Amino acid sequence: MEVGWWGVLIAVLGGAIRIGTPFLFVSLGECLTEKSGRINLGLEGTLVMGAMTGYAVSLHSGSPWLGVLCAGLAGMVLGALHSWLCGFQRVNDIAVGIAMMLFGTGLAFFLGKPYIQPSAPRLPSIDLGAWSEIPQLKAALQINALFLVGIVVAIALAWMLKNTAWGLKVRVVGESADAARALGLPVDRIRILSTAQGGFLAGIGGSYLSLYYPFNWSEGLSSGQGLMAVALVIFARWQPMGCLWVSLLWGGAAALGPSLQSVGITGGYYIFNAIPYIMTLAVMIITCSPRRTLVGVPHELTVTR
Amino acid sequence: MSIAVPQTLNKALEPFLIIVGSLTVSMVLFGVFVASAGADPFEVYQTMYRAAFGTSFSWQNTLIRAAPLMLTALCTALPGYLSLIIIGGEGAVVMGGLFAALAALTIPAAPPMVVLITMALVGMAAGGLWLTIGGALRHYRAVNETISSLLLNYIAIALLNHLVTSTFRDPESLNHPSTHHIGEANMIGLIPGTDLHWGLVFGVVACVIAWFLMHHTVFGFASQIAGGNVRAAQIAGLPVGRLILIVCFVAGAAGGLAGMVEVAAIHGRANDTLNANYGYAGILVAFVARNNPLAIIPVAVLLGGIRASSGLLQRAHELPDATVLVMQGIIFLVILFSETLYGRFSRLQKQGAS
Repeated sequence: MEVGWWGVLIAVLGGAIRIGTPFLFVSLGECLTEKSGRINLGLEGTLVMGAMTGYAVSLHSGSPWLGVLCAGLAGMVLGALHSWLCGFQRVNDIAVGIAMMLFGTGLAFFLGKPYIQPSAPRLPSIDLGAWSEIPQLKAALQINALFLVGIVVAIALAWMLKNTAWGLKVRVVGESADAARALGLPVDRIRILSTAQGGFLAGIGGSYLSLYYPFNWSEGLSSGQGLMAVALVIFARWQPMGCLWVSLLWGGAAALGPSLQSVGITGGYYIFNAIPYIMTLAVMIITCSPRRTLVGVPHELTVTR
Repeated sequence: MSIAVPQTLNKALEPFLIIVGSLTVSMVLFGVFVASAGADPFEVYQTMYRAAFGTSFSWQNTLIRAAPLMLTALCTALPGYLSLIIIGGEGAVVMGGLFAALAALTIPAAPPMVVLITMALVGMAAGGLWLTIGGALRHYRAVNETISSLLLNYIAIALLNHLVTSTFRDPESLNHPSTHHIGEANMIGLIPGTDLHWGLVFGVVACVIAWFLMHHTVFGFASQIAGGNVRAAQIAGLPVGRLILIVCFVAGAAGGLAGMVEVAAIHGRANDTLNANYGYAGILVAFVARNNPLAIIPVAVLLGGIRASSGLLQRAHELPDATVLVMQGIIFLVILFSETLYGRFSRLQKQGAS
C-alpha cells in the first residue's frame, strides 16, 4: 500500500500512452482520409495487415524499424486500393470499407500463419522514467519512440492541412468535389493519395501492436482499433491535434479497468472499456441537430449526408 | 440486327449478367492468388465445391452457416429501403441472444414451447429496440445512423460481457463466463429428417415476409417513397419518422431472432460467442443482394458455402483457414465494384426497349 490511488493514476497515464499510440496512428490516418471526403471503414484490415507485415519483416531482416516502414507501405497499398475502387460511380465506400476489412484481415491471417510462433526483434523503448524511484512510474514512462513520432505527425498534419497548398487542396476536395473540379483539381487522384497516406499511418499503427505492445503476432491481436478510428475522428472533430488528445483519452479509459483492479475494484471492467463509445455517442447526440450538421465535418463525407 | 429482349426480362438480365460476370472475375483473381500460394486452383475449386455443396452433409453444413446471415442481412437491407445505411446487426444479435437467454432463465418451470416462444418474442423485441435507437437518433437528432449503429454494436457487446461476467454469471462457467444453461428441454429441435435446426426456416421465412412487406404492401411502398425523397414523402403526408422507427424495429427483430436461435439451438447460454461477426457478414450479404430480401437467401447460402469449405481446404491442400476470408474479400470487392457497371450497357438497354 505504498502507491495506492496514485498507482491507479500512474497506470492510467502509462496506459493512455501505451494503448493510445495505435489509436493515434489509425485516427490520424482516418482523419486525413476523411478530410479528403472519403471514409475508410477498412482500416481494421489495414491495421492487421500492418501488424503482420511489420512482424514478418522485423523477423526476417532483424530490424524492427524496417518492419514499421514496410507495415506502412502495406497499409498504403490497401488504402490506395480502397480509394481507387470508391472512385467509380455508385460504388459505396462504406460497403467497400467492410469488404476491405475482411480482405485485409484475411490476407494478413493467410500470409501470417508461419509467424505466429517465432519471436521477432522488438521496437526499443525510451526510458523517460530513469530518474524515478517508483517502479510503477518507471514502467509508465517507458515510452516507445513511435508515440513521439505520432505526436510529430499530428502536429505536422495539422500544420499541413492548415498552411500548405496540398492541405488546402485536400480540404477543398473534402468540402465540395464540384468546387474542386471547377478549380481544375484532380479530385480522384487527391483522394487516392490522401487515403493511401492514411493507410500508411494505419499500417504503422498495426506494426506498433505487433512490434511493441502487446508485442506478438496472432489472429486476435487487434481488438477493433481500426473500426474505432471512425468514431474517434468524429470525437476529435476532424482535428489532428484532437486525434492526439482523444487517443490518449481512449487509451486511458481502456487502462482504467485493469488498473482499478490493483486497488481492489474488480467490477465493471467491460463497462470501462465501453466508455469511449458511450462518450462518442453522447457527443454526437448533443452536438447534432436536424437543423445543422456537425462542426468541422468535411461536407463530401457520405456519412454526414 | 438486334435481338428483341422484352423490357422486363432485360431488367432481370442486367443484374444477372453482372453478378455472374463478377463471380467469374473473382474466381479468376482468387485462382491466381491460390496458384501463387502453390496450390492448383482447379483442384481447390473442386474441393470447395465438394465441401460446400457436394454431399447432403456438406449442404447441411452450408445451410447452418447461411441461416444467421439471412437474418442479419435483413438488419441492413430493410433500412436500406429508407436510404439508411445501418451496420448494427451485430448489436441486434447480441442483445437478442442475451435477452432471450435471460427471458428463458426467468421462467424455468414453464413448458418448453412457452419458453421458446417467450425467448423468440423477447429476443426480437430486444434486437428491434436496439436497432431502432439508431433510426430514432437519425430522425430526431440527425445523428448519422451508420456511425451510431457501429457504436451501439460495441456498447451491446460490452453490456453482454459485463452481464455474463457479473450479475448473471453461472458460477460453473469458469473459463468461459456465460449465463446459466436454459435447460436441454428448452432447446430448439432439429427439422425432422435432417441435422438442421429451425434457424434456417426462420431465416427463409423472414426473408420472404420482408420481401412481401417491402414490395407488396402500402407500408413498403410508402417506405420506398420516403427512402427516395424525404421531402416529397413529407409533402405527400407520409409519417416518415414512424416509417423509420417501424422498419428499423422489424430489421432489428430479425437480428434479435438470429441471436435467439444461436442461444436456443446451439450454445444453450448467452456468452461472448454471440459476437461471432454474423452481423458484419450480414452487411455484405445485404449489399451484394442489393437489399432485396429474396436475393439475400442465395447470397447467404453462397457465403455459408464458402465458410463451410474452410476445414476441408485446410486438410486437403494445406491452405490456412484464412483462405476463405481472402476469397470472401475478393468476391465482395469485385461485386461492389460491379455496381458501377449498371446502366453502362446502353446497347443492351436500347435493344430491350425496341
